Amino acid sequence: MSDAMPEPPSRGAATAAISSQDENRADHEEHGGIQLINVTKRYSGQRTPAVDNVTMTIPSGEIVVLLGPSGSGKTTMMRLINRLIEPTSGKIIVSGQDALSLNPTELRRQIGYVIQNAGLFPHMTVATNVGLVPQMLKWDKERITARVDELLELVDLDPVTYRGRYPRELSGGQQQRVGVARALAADPPAMLMDEPFGAVDPIVRARLQDQLLNLQSRIRKTIVLVTHDIDEAMKLGDRIAIINRGGVLEQYASPEQILRAPASPFVADFIGAERGLKRLALMAVKSVDTEPGPLVDPGAEVQAALEAMRSHGTDWVAVVDAEGHLLGWVDRNGLSGLATVGEAEPRPFSAVVSPANSLREALDAIVINKTHVAAVVDDGRYCGLLTLERVAQELAAT
Amino acid sequence: MISVEGTVSFWEYLDSRRERLVFETWQHASMVFQTVLVALVIGVLVGVAVYRNERMSAFATSTAGVLFTIPSLALLGLLITPLGLGVAPSVVALTLYSLLPIVRNTIVGLAGVDQTLVDAARGIGMTRAAILLRIELPLAWPVILTGARVSTQIAMGVGAIAAYVNGPGLGEQIFSGLARLGGANAINMTLAGTLGIVLLALIFDGCFMLISRLTTPRGIRV
Repeated sequence: MSDAMPEPPSRGAATAAISSQDENRADHEEHGGIQLINVTKRYSGQRTPAVDNVTMTIPSGEIVVLLGPSGSGKTTMMRLINRLIEPTSGKIIVSGQDALSLNPTELRRQIGYVIQNAGLFPHMTVATNVGLVPQMLKWDKERITARVDELLELVDLDPVTYRGRYPRELSGGQQQRVGVARALAADPPAMLMDEPFGAVDPIVRARLQDQLLNLQSRIRKTIVLVTHDIDEAMKLGDRIAIINRGGVLEQYASPEQILRAPASPFVADFIGAERGLKRLALMAVKSVDTEPGPLVDPGAEVQAALEAMRSHGTDWVAVVDAEGHLLGWVDRNGLSGLATVGEAEPRPFSAVVSPANSLREALDAIVINKTHVAAVVDDGRYCGLLTLERVAQELAAT
Repeated sequence: MISVEGTVSFWEYLDSRRERLVFETWQHASMVFQTVLVALVIGVLVGVAVYRNERMSAFATSTAGVLFTIPSLALLGLLITPLGLGVAPSVVALTLYSLLPIVRNTIVGLAGVDQTLVDAARGIGMTRAAILLRIELPLAWPVILTGARVSTQIAMGVGAIAAYVNGPGLGEQIFSGLARLGGANAINMTLAGTLGIVLLALIFDGCFMLISRLTTPRGIRV
């Protein structure tokens, strides 16, 4: 192995970098973080700029989505980062280096690049496609072969089956995964993705999105992804930059913030009327306070159950045993003539959600079961009740 | 049919002139092969130099087109003054004729490469030269090769006319035959030259099919 070549950080090193994130934030931002400072791109003969004085910081290890209508300059903005397009003015910092002072081809080899339809070279095998950047960086053959196999496994393609295939022998989704593997070949700290899932059908798209999130949880790259699909942006983005025609950055915030407080009429209009529901989809049940609700132990006397009903204004109580397991619920009629709650047969809650479910899913469960309350249960243990009113409150907070 | 004294059957003629015919066939093949090779190098270089610029591409194509429209006899005649007789004017004329299909197909082939692939290549950090050599030329290669194949067919035919300036090859048989039409073995000579060229053209075409198959990567083979 050549000593002159800088080793890409191994996965172990990458993990170490993440764990030291809090202590050494500045150092971490050096690696993969991207900054645009007052960046403008103007094409001669056009009155409005394609990118208009944009300043934004893309933190290391996050997925930032550039979202906007077609012609908004979002792709131009992304292509400025690896200098496929040169800015008219402004400054671009990649991994702490001034991108404009670097050799463009050197810069691009440090930034993965994935385009729609994958852009695989049809006359090269999967292995050659994936190994292109390491080959340009003059890695030795065994190292490239090993890396190609490792990457194919990373994107869930069996190396033995796929390394010798040509792109046209793969499905659209497989091609896109090979495209991602190619972009990650030299372990670049950052990756640019231009409408990567735009050309595949919705089912494959959803699966590829899940795979990307899963992959990202392991590799923690700085990813800049361009899309015009709002739901894709909400699903993938740690932050979303909403870009208006003329390359104007309208809002740059987390999906939750954008849905809660759109910064401009354009943003509100672009994210659409359903933003309350979209926001619920982003919020986990555990992020809201659940109420304990009317609650009794199986050993409790019926009198205590009736007291709990009265104080909560209900005609039923949840039955939870000493270990915290939810046994079900009983109502006033079910208790009549009995001495303790334990003698009644508790009925199961029809709407049960886990703290990891989204509020949108909880809302679905409540509405579908024609009830107004869902029990929140974490691995058999009762956490509380989520009422329809509580969900509606979140919806109204938009 | 008038029987001319000394006339033999076609097969007897071939047999009696075997050595000379084999030599002329070899010369013809060698001339065509070399001129197409030179035209391929020049044509691809010209194509590579101009394909990015529409105006330059149009200029190169039309220049090659103008050369192509000059009647072969006239071109060979015109070349006698600067180059004399024999091999030199023949090779130059054949090369010029072979250029058009190669230049045109190189430009068309390179311009036809999917621009998103070029963009992807730039995006992953390939240099200009690497993009040309590893992406654009391999993808345009089947089209360029088709141009060379057409050039070869043209060079085969024009090569016969090179005999007009004492050039090498089977043209000598045809010209001598036609010059003494009605004389002994005139038909045999013309026929031998013509059939020889047809045979060569078929062999070359077969070779092209083989080369095309061997040099086109499996991923883009139709």
